[in-house]
Amino acid sequence: MLLPVKWLGEYVNIDEDSKVLADNLTLSGSHVESIISLDKGIENVVVGKIIKLEKHKDADKLFITMVDIGEETIQIVTGATNLKEGDYVPVALVGAKLPNDIYIEKTNFRGVDSYGMLCSLKELGYEDNIIPKYQRDGIFVFDKEYPLGTTVDKVLGLYGEIIEFEITPNRPDCLSIVGMARETAATFNKKLKFPEIKVTNEVEDIKDYVESIEMDKELCNRYYTRVIKDINIKESPLWLQIRLMEAGVRPISNIVDITNYVMLEFGQPLHAFDLDKLKGRKIIVRRAKDEEKIKTIDDIERKLSSSNLVIGDEEGPIAIAGVMGGMDTEVTEETTTVLLESANFNSKSVRLTAKGLNLRTEASSRFEKGIDPNLCEIAAERVCQLVEETGAGKVVKGKIDVYENIREEETIKLRPEKVNNLLGTDLTTDEMIDYLERLELKTSLEGDSVDVTIPTYRLDLSMEVDLIEEIGRLYGFHNIPIKPLVGVLTRGEKSYQRIVEDRARTVLQGMGINEVMTYSFISPKAYDKIKVEVNSQLRDYIKLINPLGEDYSVMRTTLMPNMLDLLSRNYNHGVTECFTYEIGNIFIPKELPIKELPMEKKMLSIGMYGDLDFYDIKEVVQILFERLGIKGYEYVPEKNNPTYHPNRTANINHKGKNIGTIGEIHVDVVENYDMETKVYMAHLDFDEITRESNLERKYKPLPKYPGITRDIAIVVDRDVLVGDLEKIMWKHSEGLIEKVELFDIYTGGQILEGKKSVAFSITYRSYERTLKDEEVNIIHQKIVEDLEKKFNAKLRD
Amino acid sequence: MMKDKLKKIKEEAISNINSLDSLDNLERIRVKYVGKKGELTSVLRGMGKLSKEERPIVGQLANDIRQEIEEELSIAKDKLKEKIKEEKIEKEKIDITITKKTRKLGHRHPLLATIEELENLFISMGFSVIDGPEIETVEYNFDALNSPENHPSRDLSDTFYITEDILLRTHTSPVQIRAMKQMKPPIKIVSAGRTFRFDDVDDTHSPMFHQLEGLVIDENVTMANLMHTIDVFIKELFGKDMETRFRPHHFPFTEPSAEVDVSCFECKGKGCPICNGTGWSMELLGCGMVHPKVLENCGIDSEKYSGFAFGMGIDRITMVKHGIDNIRLLFENDNRFLEQF
Repeated sequence: MLLPVKWLGEYVNIDEDSKVLADNLTLSGSHVESIISLDKGIENVVVGKIIKLEKHKDADKLFITMVDIGEETIQIVTGATNLKEGDYVPVALVGAKLPNDIYIEKTNFRGVDSYGMLCSLKELGYEDNIIPKYQRDGIFVFDKEYPLGTTVDKVLGLYGEIIEFEITPNRPDCLSIVGMARETAATFNKKLKFPEIKVTNEVEDIKDYVESIEMDKELCNRYYTRVIKDINIKESPLWLQIRLMEAGVRPISNIVDITNYVMLEFGQPLHAFDLDKLKGRKIIVRRAKDEEKIKTIDDIERKLSSSNLVIGDEEGPIAIAGVMGGMDTEVTEETTTVLLESANFNSKSVRLTAKGLNLRTEASSRFEKGIDPNLCEIAAERVCQLVEETGAGKVVKGKIDVYENIREEETIKLRPEKVNNLLGTDLTTDEMIDYLERLELKTSLEGDSVDVTIPTYRLDLSMEVDLIEEIGRLYGFHNIPIKPLVGVLTRGEKSYQRIVEDRARTVLQGMGINEVMTYSFISPKAYDKIKVEVNSQLRDYIKLINPLGEDYSVMRTTLMPNMLDLLSRNYNHGVTECFTYEIGNIFIPKELPIKELPMEKKMLSIGMYGDLDFYDIKEVVQILFERLGIKGYEYVPEKNNPTYHPNRTANINHKGKNIGTIGEIHVDVVENYDMETKVYMAHLDFDEITRESNLERKYKPLPKYPGITRDIAIVVDRDVLVGDLEKIMWKHSEGLIEKVELFDIYTGGQILEGKKSVAFSITYRSYERTLKDEEVNIIHQKIVEDLEKKFNAKLRD
Repeated sequence: MMKDKLKKIKEEAISNINSLDSLDNLERIRVKYVGKKGELTSVLRGMGKLSKEERPIVGQLANDIRQEIEEELSIAKDKLKEKIKEEKIEKEKIDITITKKTRKLGHRHPLLATIEELENLFISMGFSVIDGPEIETVEYNFDALNSPENHPSRDLSDTFYITEDILLRTHTSPVQIRAMKQMKPPIKIVSAGRTFRFDDVDDTHSPMFHQLEGLVIDENVTMANLMHTIDVFIKELFGKDMETRFRPHHFPFTEPSAEVDVSCFECKGKGCPICNGTGWSMELLGCGMVHPKVLENCGIDSEKYSGFAFGMGIDRITMVKHGIDNIRLLFENDNRFLEQF
């Protein structure tokens, strides 16, 4: 909201610098976003009168003017076509400075000297969007005579500041000059001065123009009308136009400008209908019929429904209530009589209508936020007053005011003790009362408490705590002496789950893996890209009703697509090696469509490409599990997971439960992600990992007795798994095997086709005694025999 | 004669020792002169031919010479060893400007690192860390937080919905409701996490972003306590010289409500172009005293208990901290970006 400080000054004395004003208003709750200076740095531009205007003999499109600037008359050549002799115009003299660093020099147009320039509003620094349409294509012509030679800054008010505020949604009353004047008065403890609103010369009777008003009481709280006749539609006086432009509103014509002026002043949107164009003499505020149509003043035909409120005459709709008027009854240059509407529409209805029609207007956004219905009368009367004062027309006597559910002032009980208890202050009751009264709240002391009467325009004050906030903000939050919390000292805690997660992050980071984070929603197409079967549970995803496009439309049930996406992005950016992990949620519905909150399951995904292979990612998982104290899991070949390579993938089983999959990504999937490299991935159930983790560590005595190491080299079928061979070795351990290490795998050469040679080094150790060769030999022999039996293994020398 | 012979052996031996160049040769010389079958021994073997008087003298001389040669050998051996060591060290010279790149430490995502830093800071201030779900009910996300029924933030154009009653949480504030419903005062928690709003991706917006929420509920908790907590937190996070400014603001779930500005990160409050000359970095966090309706919605007696809540955008804090100018970078996960932190 733009607040011109000069305008504000009409309702409250302003002696303060605008910066001081802005800072203090910010601290009392009206957040200043910027301070805009009206001074545009214009120098040597004065009011001049065109006393002679003739065509340039040698240039079709130029005119030579003689301009009286008070002390002298100067000759200026101009291309403007909107001028006539007698016009008062802004004259930039030789040596003048205009906005955007334009300097005026003496020039010569085809043999004629020109001692300056006549200016348009744009040349004087006004923005296109607020320059009146009738002023847009030419030199600005003043509305009346001003002393010649006066600098234009003075006439146009190009001094002082405009303050831009961010008004919070609970304070729609502050979206007006009067509202901000109230805030200013309260903040600086000043008196408000309101204009006296009165209409003096009323003629005829409104009954001669309007018979009756019918009103839908559900969607309209009040409908207040007046009639103005003998209107001469023309430009508004300059002071009024300047006010509007300073507040960011484009002047249109006197009647419309006055309604806009009052809207800015009091915050009440108003509308003027051309009364002569109304069919019949009844106004009906009603729900639209389904499929009913209206052409609005922006020349667009709009289709309505019964959820929209319209203003109708006896034939059809003439306005969409609180949103926009109809084109047929719009005020035009020919208008002589208007019906002035000052109404209060249901905020929800206006919001839904504006949204449904995709037609947000100044009026609709004000109605949406809420307006005091008692304002209707004040605003309408103020319009009438200004109509009279500016000679725009004659006000017809009488009003029609339909208003049944009258909004009345309410009283709230305030306990001063509660104020200090919540704010942590030591204010006296008198101080509190002072702050409340500065805000024009009436107070009366009732024993230990204060009864506070709330003006009807303060829609935000309904509870005691609301008043505490008012006292707090006027006292100034910045003045509250800060105090540490008191009470029992407690230590902050983290859940075990988060501790495990932190540990996992540390371990993964230590292994050189980068952490990533990706969106919780993905594209449903991702499931095709990773080749998930049509009937897979992974496809039981939760859909958003209103996604930002298909790419973000379903809640992920796997972290894999995001990981593949980012690996692909890195790959295609030329990053040669990528090793990343993400810990994030997947969303598992209990049923579809969901009726209750889904399960959010934490997963760990690790993805990589580059100079790495399956065993790198497996090692990562192994080290992670070791560090998290997870034991007793095994890797089982997985041939049927369509996302992965059928011969390079394993499920990780723990206590009979699958807690994750690791492997090389299937070449088809890699291709779907535009990569030409081997990609490896691990996808693990982190909730399960947390459950099975054990971060406690018990000391185990260091070995005192020497170990015995025996190597064993065997030839087995190529398909035999090393893990299965190792299992046999451990099976016969009798608690004496400390370590089994694979140190060689060999195929080809002397090894027969379809066979492989595998060599292990087994370390035996006892913690109680020095092992004897004989007892190790017995175990070793058992292992060899079992390997021969189970895997047809042949011992090599 | 024998004496001459011995002297000659000595001279020869010492001369040989002086010109030694390897440990092998040293051994050979030792064997040759003082070994069991060496020259000195063979001379001594001829002692029988000497007179009784001469024998001890020559014997003495021979022993002296042996000793002398052995000493010389020992010195020479040390020298040689030293020389060989020096040569080896010289040969082992490397180019220390060459870099090996086999070991690597992974990088924490800057945003998650910020969350961890903030959480740890609050833990040290006595707050417990809790989590809440990303998918929430309309009840917890809006209704229980006193959000007006017609509030635009509830629109489909602002919030992602799954059903009429279930949505992607638009802030971390529903965790407050969960905490108050599940725990009994005193409550002192923070909760960080993902939040979602219907915003198209651009330099400063993302449909997914992050917040950290804090809540304290106890008897006699005041606005002055809230301000102290925030002040301590800001000073711990950004430095002791940072000031905070509490501006009245409006949130449906707190009353009074305030926004907190912090000294401009660039000029530390002096005023510069980045802060439009105000000296403040705007709207770092929002806070306020928990609205009595919210307390009552969670079954907490608002006459007995009061409390405060605060929330902040972590993406923005992360970006300010690291000078990141585009929020997209946080979610693109380009290795070249991640490895800067």
